[in-house]
Amino acid sequence: MLADATAVDCRDLTVRFITERRTVTALERVTFTLERGGFLALLGPSGCGKSTLLRVVADLLPPTNGTISVLGVRPEEARRQRALGFVFQDAALLPWRTALQNVELPLEVGGGAASLPKGAPTPRELLKLVGLDGWEASFPHELSGGMRQRVAIARALVSAPRILLMDEPFGALDEITRDRLNEELRRVWQQTRTTILFVTHSVYESIFLGEKVLVLAANPGRVKKMITTDLPKARDLSIRETEPFVRLAAELRQTLGS
Amino acid sequence: MVDVALADSGLAEAEARYRSLHARERWRRRILPVAGVAGFIGFWAALVYILKVPPFVAPSPVAVVQKLIEEFPKLMGNLAPTVIEAISGFMLGNLAAIVIATAFVHKKSLEDAFFPIVVLINTIPVVAKAPILVLLLGNGMEPKIAIAALICFFPTLVNMVRGLESVNPQAMELMRVLSASKAEVFFKLRLQNSLPYLFSALKIAASTAVIGAIVGEWIGSTVGIGALIIQSMYAFDSAMLYATVIVGSTFSVLFFLSITLIERMLVRWKPPVVA
Repeated sequence: MLADATAVDCRDLTVRFITERRTVTALERVTFTLERGGFLALLGPSGCGKSTLLRVVADLLPPTNGTISVLGVRPEEARRQRALGFVFQDAALLPWRTALQNVELPLEVGGGAASLPKGAPTPRELLKLVGLDGWEASFPHELSGGMRQRVAIARALVSAPRILLMDEPFGALDEITRDRLNEELRRVWQQTRTTILFVTHSVYESIFLGEKVLVLAANPGRVKKMITTDLPKARDLSIRETEPFVRLAAELRQTLGS
Repeated sequence: MVDVALADSGLAEAEARYRSLHARERWRRRILPVAGVAGFIGFWAALVYILKVPPFVAPSPVAVVQKLIEEFPKLMGNLAPTVIEAISGFMLGNLAAIVIATAFVHKKSLEDAFFPIVVLINTIPVVAKAPILVLLLGNGMEPKIAIAALICFFPTLVNMVRGLESVNPQAMELMRVLSASKAEVFFKLRLQNSLPYLFSALKIAASTAVIGAIVGEWIGSTVGIGALIIQSMYAFDSAMLYATVIVGSTFSVLFFLSITLIERMLVRWKPPVVA
């Protein structure tokens, strides 16, 4: 059932938050699809509802209107089948667990170990994949911000998710660390073939990472444009100086500004 | 690396200077408190000697030490019931606080209904609670245990509720994405998160439980540190009074230190700022 469906199919999705003072429309009739194995970057200014959209996909928020299917089923179903991995802006590691124990957490809750497919990478292998070989026994407060985010990525991957949802995971990092993690995330994506939905407010990050970029506008959050980047699959940071990249960046900036 | 350091004699010298300075600083920090206490006792002895303070008003330190040695069996005999009362009350009060905090966190309506009562009971001063409990529970150890328990209960309840609730909201979302059960969220997340909060309350409770037991013994009791304090006061035996107080506070300090030790063993991670 899950196998032949698109990863995320979103139609006329509307989310409103009702408070005592006023009702805020976070998302207004958002429609898009994300194919399996794809890498979609959600780009927009703050307040455009991109994090809200991610939370609807993860079944952390219910939509007010419209339909959304994740891997062909309702988000709740997809979550129960443990098809989703989530990486937060703040790494949200448990401070009393070592790096390795943090990565192991998803296997300990919600019947995690039982639903794991055969041959799924082990927590140790995943820490190695994100370049934290030898840091297994370190506690979060002993790690740098970039290393903590790597642990969070390894933790999200340990349940072998079909879709990886990332909410500005590198937003709080310095530019040098962020660049390196961008390169590594591309590598991880190509190695694991996981579908990725990545929220960012950086034009460069969205083009470098995404195979496609969905541009959102704010107040209310709505789709402005879907752009296919069409850059070579194997890329490093130097691609940012190439002509197609620069042209895309100009186009995106114009779309955001208009 | 070593070769470089040897070649750079200036650096080696600077390192040696830094280390000797550091060592001296460590000694300073050890000696100064000892010197302070010794100075205080000396000042006290001098004051009593020079002003010829009569022994029924205040004793000299020497008289207190003599009493501590002479009356050691009697002091220990009276310490035993106080220790039992304080520790039983500590266990009972904190256990109740932890259980009720857990219930509050899982059922908000319980918290809304009963928290005002808890606050109300807490506003009654210990010295006022003690006679009520003596009337209710008689003249044995029970009222003292109850007072010690009551006095521990409130700070632990408040801190425990805060510790269980102040979980990183993104960690809560993570548990939901992972379809974790309520029990898993409690044991893997909330309980672990509450430990630093719990221990900061337990450290307060360790000293207040002893106060509770002693205050309980003031009212119509014949044994215990509290009773001994009252007896020595009425007998104008100031040396015995001071010796009793020293024994009581030594126990209090030891109790506090053992809680700190347990905390160090259980909470190995650096918590965020605990207010």
